[in-house]
Amino acid sequence: MAESEVDSAPLVVARAAGKRFADGTLALQSIELSIQRQEFVTIVGPSGCGKSTFLRLVAGLTETSAGTLTVADVAPVVARRASNDMAFVFQDPNLLPWRTVERNVSLPLELANRNSEVRSEHVNTALQMVGLEEFRRSFPSQLSGGMRMRVSIARALVTQPRLLLMDEPFGALDEISRLRLNEEISELWRRDQWTGLFVTHNVAEAVYLSQRVLVMSARPGRLVADIAVPFPYPRLPSLRTDVRFNEKVEQVALTLHQTRA
Amino acid sequence: MHRFHWLARTVLPPLAFFVMLLILWHAVVVAFSIKPFLLPGPLRVAAAISAHIGTLFGAALLTATGALCGFALSFVIGLTIALVFSQSKVIERSLYPYAIFLQTVPIVAVAPLIILWIGHGFHGVVAVSFIISLFPIIANTTNGLTSVDANLIDLFKMSNANRWQLLMKLRLPHAVPNMLTGARISSGLSVIGAIVGEFFAGYGTEDFGLGYLIILTNGQAKTDYLFACILFCTVLGLGIFSSVNLMSNLVLARWRGPVN
Repeated sequence: MAESEVDSAPLVVARAAGKRFADGTLALQSIELSIQRQEFVTIVGPSGCGKSTFLRLVAGLTETSAGTLTVADVAPVVARRASNDMAFVFQDPNLLPWRTVERNVSLPLELANRNSEVRSEHVNTALQMVGLEEFRRSFPSQLSGGMRMRVSIARALVTQPRLLLMDEPFGALDEISRLRLNEEISELWRRDQWTGLFVTHNVAEAVYLSQRVLVMSARPGRLVADIAVPFPYPRLPSLRTDVRFNEKVEQVALTLHQTRA
Repeated sequence: MHRFHWLARTVLPPLAFFVMLLILWHAVVVAFSIKPFLLPGPLRVAAAISAHIGTLFGAALLTATGALCGFALSFVIGLTIALVFSQSKVIERSLYPYAIFLQTVPIVAVAPLIILWIGHGFHGVVAVSFIISLFPIIANTTNGLTSVDANLIDLFKMSNANRWQLLMKLRLPHAVPNMLTGARISSGLSVIGAIVGEFFAGYGTEDFGLGYLIILTNGQAKTDYLFACILFCTVLGLGIFSSVNLMSNLVLARWRGPVN
C-alpha cells in the first residue's frame, strides 16, 4: 500500500466477491464494494451474516471462493505481506497472558524484526494514545475488559497501519466503556487518518464512528444498503443526543430490519 | 502469626494422622504378637533405619541420581519430540500411537529387556526411568503446543510471522503450563522407574540403590530393613516431586505474572 500517484484509487475493492466454506455453507454472496483510502466504513448486519468473514477476507486470513477482492490492487494476502501495514482488532482482546502490556503491544514490531529503539518509541506512542502508560508493566490478568481492549487497540496501532480492520471489538464491553472507546477510536482515526473498516451489530456505534454504514443481509451475506453519515469530525459525545443522529440511527435500523423480513 | 496458622492448618492434620497410624500399627503388632519378619513394628523399623542409616542414604542418593538423570533426559527428549509433533500433523498422527505405547507397556516386563540391551548398572537404571517418565512430557507438551487459540494464530499471521516466530513466541510460551504439568507427573514416575530399573539392573555389591536394597533385604527376610527401604523410597519420591512442583510453581508465577 505504498503511497503512489494513484492515491485517489480505492484501497479495498470487491467485485462479485463470495465465500463458500468447505462444508458447503454460503457465507457471502456477490459483494460489491469499494473503500477509499482514509475512509472509515462500518458494516452492520445480523449475527452470523458473514460480516466477520468479510473482514477476514480483506485481511487475507481466508480467500474468496468467487469474484475478486483486492487491497491496493492485489490480493489481500499479497498486500499484507508486501507492506506489513494492515492490522486487525479481534472480538476478544487476544492478548498473550504471559506478556506484560508493553510486551504485548510491542509484539507486531518484534515479529517485523524492528530494533529495540524503534520498538520502545512506537510502544510508548501507542500506549499514550490509549492512555495506558502507567499500566505498561501490568499483566493482562490484572486489567479490566475495557483496558484489555485498549491494549489490543494499541497493539494494532503500534505499526502505524494504513488499514485497520476491527471485528466487533467492543461487543463484549459494558455500555460506558463502549461509548468511551468509540470516542477514542474516532479521535485516533481523525488524527492519524488510517483507513478503517469496522464490523458491529450495534447501529448507534456504526453511525457514530463512520462516514458510511454498509448494511449486510442475513446469510448468505449481501450488501443491501450503503448509507452515508454526513456528520463532521471531530464527533463529540453530544452528537448522540442530536436529532439528526438519531434519525440516521433509525434509518439504518429500519434498513437492517427490512433485510430480515 | 499468620505463618503459624498456615502451618497449623496444612502440616498438623497429616502429621497427627501419621502419629495415630504409628500408634495403631504398634498396637496391632503387639496385640496380635505378629512375627517381626511378617510385619515389624514401627520401633523395629526405626531401629533398622538407625542401624543402616549410612547405607540407606548412600542407596537413596544413587537412586535419586538415576531418577533425576532419567527425568532430565525425558524432559529434554520429550520436549524435542513434542516440538516435532507440533510442526506436522502427519508426523504427529503417525508417531503418536507409538508414544502411547510407552505409557501402556508394563515397564516391569520390559525392564529386563532394556537392561539386556543397555547393560547393568547406572545406564540401565537411567534408561528404565527415562522410558517410564517420557510419555507425560510428550503428551502434555504436544497438547500445549497444538491447542493454541485460532485467533492468536491469526494475530501472528496479520504480522506475517514465520513458522519459527510462531513456535518461539506463541506455541512454546503457550505450552509452558502444560509442560510443567507433564514435568510434575514425570518426576514422580522417574523415581518409580529408577527403583524398578534397580530391581533388574542392580549394581555391584559396592554401589547400590534402594531398588537393589529392596530385593536384597526381601531375599534375606529382613522385613524391618525392607520397611526402612520403602520409607526411603517414599520420601525420595515425595522430595523429587515437591522440588519439581515448587520449581514449576515459581516458573508459572513468572509466566503469568501476579494474579489479582
